[in-house]
Amino acid sequence: MDFNITILVVDDFESMRRIVKGTLKSIGLNNFIEAEDGVIALKKLEKEKVSLIISDWIMPNMDGLEFLKAVKGNEKYKHIPFIMVTAEGQKGNVLEAINAGVNNYIVKPFTPETLRAKIQKVLN
Amino acid sequence: MDVRYINPFIESTIHVLKTMGSTDARVGKPYLKKDQVAKGDVSGIIGLAGDVKGSISVSFKEECILNIVSNMFGEKMTELNDEVKDAAGEISNMISGQARQKLELMGRNLKASIPIVIMGKNHTISHITKDKIIALPFMTDKGEFTIEVSFEE
Repeated sequence: MDFNITILVVDDFESMRRIVKGTLKSIGLNNFIEAEDGVIALKKLEKEKVSLIISDWIMPNMDGLEFLKAVKGNEKYKHIPFIMVTAEGQKGNVLEAINAGVNNYIVKPFTPETLRAKIQKVLN
Repeated sequence: MDVRYINPFIESTIHVLKTMGSTDARVGKPYLKKDQVAKGDVSGIIGLAGDVKGSISVSFKEECILNIVSNMFGEKMTELNDEVKDAAGEISNMISGQARQKLELMGRNLKASIPIVIMGKNHTISHITKDKIIALPFMTDKGEFTIEVSFEE
């Protein structure tokens, strides 16, 4: 696994971005950029080379599903692994995300071990 | 209000706080709440819509939320600030999400709003419906919190 990659962490809650970043650091991944919603995340994608996206679902302006569709529908970005980390664990939500091309799906609450395992799975 | 809707919130709360905040929560006896004054100092409120309409709130005493957020961040939090407010919103969000998964298994599909968080002594909580408000008191080793659930069908 390349530990110098840049990861885009998208969540409207600063506390959740902090927890996700803490887990990333614990596995030696220290380069990340952050966004509060899908609109800001897309702007950041234009400027930076990102190797992994970890995004929430429920966010203002552009939610995680719309953001996922925008990423997977764009030739430039569709190869980037996309992990949805969300409180939305209802069957319909998971299916919608899978249909939109999500690479992995984590339902909150999660343990650091779960997040670590899913990150390693999509990056290896 | 159908009291079967209460259990998913109890189970979800215990699970979320254990997993994210390393905190054991014990539920007390549910009661009907008659006023709007919050039982805690920080409250997260979420509107629910779909097969049934309603709202839930999670209202933490200061000591309780400071301990939970300290455990979540791995860093001692000593005052109610924007970081704690933000984390209380995210905890409410997770409890709502878990409970909605359990309600789905009971045949009830619900969507949730983004949480609103209110902080301060003796603030009030307005639920969306005019129906009864069920309060669920919880105890932890470091203070109390209360969940309020109100649904109309």
